Amino acid sequence: MAIDAATVRKVARLARIAEPEEKLEQLASELNGIMTWIEQLSEVDTDGVEPMTSAVHMPAPMREDVVTEGGDASKVLSNAPKTVDGFFVVPKVVE
Amino acid sequence: MTSLTKLTLKAALDGLADKSFSSQELTEAHVEAVAAAKPLNAFVLETPEKAIEMAKASDARRAKGEAGVLDGAPLGIKDLFCTEGVRSTACSNILGNFIPTYESTVTANLWRDGAVMLGKLNLDEFAMGSSNETSAFGPVINPWRSEGSNAKLTPGGSSGGSAASVAADLCLGATATDTGGSIRQPAAFTGTVGIKPTYGRCSRWGVVAFASSLDQAGPIAKTVEDAAILLKSMSGHDAKDSTSLDIDVPDFPSFVGKSVKGLRVGIPKEYRVDGMPAEIEKLWEQGIAWLKEAGCEIVEVSLPHTKYALPAYYIVAPAEASSNLARYDGMRFGLREEGANLTETYENTRAAGFGPEVKRRILIGTYVLSAGYYDAYYLKALKVRRRIADDFDQAFEKVDALLTPTAPSAAFGLGENADDPVAMYLNDIFTVTVNLAGLPGMSIPAGVDVNGLPLGLQLIGKALDEGTLFSLGGAIEKAADFKAKPAKWW
Repeated sequence: MAIDAATVRKVARLARIAEPEEKLEQLASELNGIMTWIEQLSEVDTDGVEPMTSAVHMPAPMREDVVTEGGDASKVLSNAPKTVDGFFVVPKVVE
Repeated sequence: MTSLTKLTLKAALDGLADKSFSSQELTEAHVEAVAAAKPLNAFVLETPEKAIEMAKASDARRAKGEAGVLDGAPLGIKDLFCTEGVRSTACSNILGNFIPTYESTVTANLWRDGAVMLGKLNLDEFAMGSSNETSAFGPVINPWRSEGSNAKLTPGGSSGGSAASVAADLCLGATATDTGGSIRQPAAFTGTVGIKPTYGRCSRWGVVAFASSLDQAGPIAKTVEDAAILLKSMSGHDAKDSTSLDIDVPDFPSFVGKSVKGLRVGIPKEYRVDGMPAEIEKLWEQGIAWLKEAGCEIVEVSLPHTKYALPAYYIVAPAEASSNLARYDGMRFGLREEGANLTETYENTRAAGFGPEVKRRILIGTYVLSAGYYDAYYLKALKVRRRIADDFDQAFEKVDALLTPTAPSAAFGLGENADDPVAMYLNDIFTVTVNLAGLPGMSIPAGVDVNGLPLGLQLIGKALDEGTLFSLGGAIEKAADFKAKPAKWW
């Protein structure tokens, strides 16, 4: 299925990336080029094949649910774009 | 003391041990070389004062008889590794002036063993690229040039700064990372040695994430032995990375120089691709002949799903990237571009902070994970990934390792593949299978093409069998006797 400008607009919205209207056609054509090349995967018979989600042949390790680090707000905030009194400052989330 | 920069890591460590020179002298020579190499654009941040301070501390440790295995050796660090108190950007504008308050496990391991940091190395933005051209700091220039030409060539990517700085003798070795070939392809393009170990050998903690099920750190070095020394130091279990393997790290350097007599080396027939330059085909034949002479048995094997590895990768990697890069929202760190409301702030921040290739991959990843396409693309790719891993399992029932070319060409000109994303992706055709299967892969410089540019051969091993790769890599290195160096123009 071909990706059109409307699809790019929707996907960019989902990805939270502002893409200007005038760039949507060009992006659609680039993404179509890549997805068309990817379509060849449909030639592979994958009936009954388990999806491979990890390259590690071991179960995920469990650990004690304890605090190991923390308690240093200044470190956590040191790269924040905006802070006040030891808090992150973010745009209003609830209208 | 410029000659100190010509040393291999091993020779430098020996010289430090027998007090032929101090770490301060060795480090000063490298700091000078880095400062004089600006035209290569290999470093995005030089840390000369920190380097000298670390070197002095190393000399003090050595005087007390407390030197570690890398003590006093100046290294370059790919700017994907977070370094405490030292700006770490992933070469993206969205991380701008990010200064980590923590140290990645891999670099912490290197400092534990006494290594000295020269600075942070350039890479493709978030390691997404094969030519270093997606870096927010501009591309690295390959120290190698075609004979009789001044044209600027790519050092490969994403670890272009790591490869170029090792090739140009700016550092004794460098850290790098490999998600689809980002250690091995730049190593091949610059006449250096690069190894991506088995997935889980090196901790990913503190390494900026691209595609977490594929990302793996490793070294780029001047020789196979140097790579073994560095990988041993970088590896090891880390509770902070849930995919880190809780197993002992072998003594990798002890495998270099071991006899390879009787080892069975597979030649995958599917790696003979259409349009491959005759010189690369010839180099591959030469590699086969060298290993035969060293006593290896050569076996033809089949990896039938090879051609599907790149398309599968370009679903899996962008899908994971779109999820990983969701963290760059302008709220807790990095760039923030204000908008009229929260959503607009997110959208403006990410539009301003990410470069075009990163955006393209996030869009593909978001698309293949979106409702209605998840099964058709993402799940399908994970099943093809299993098929590719099964191919390797079957081949390794018959052989101990595989020999292939590293890349389908020598270093190409900057801008040559920039207009066609798929043409650029094809650079990783021989390397990406290894990431999907989680196996170790190594590139060794093996010869030069008609233009005098280096070419690499790749060895692929069984999971956790880097040792055999170091033995075979050592045998190829000895037979190839690759001594060419780029003529200094910078």
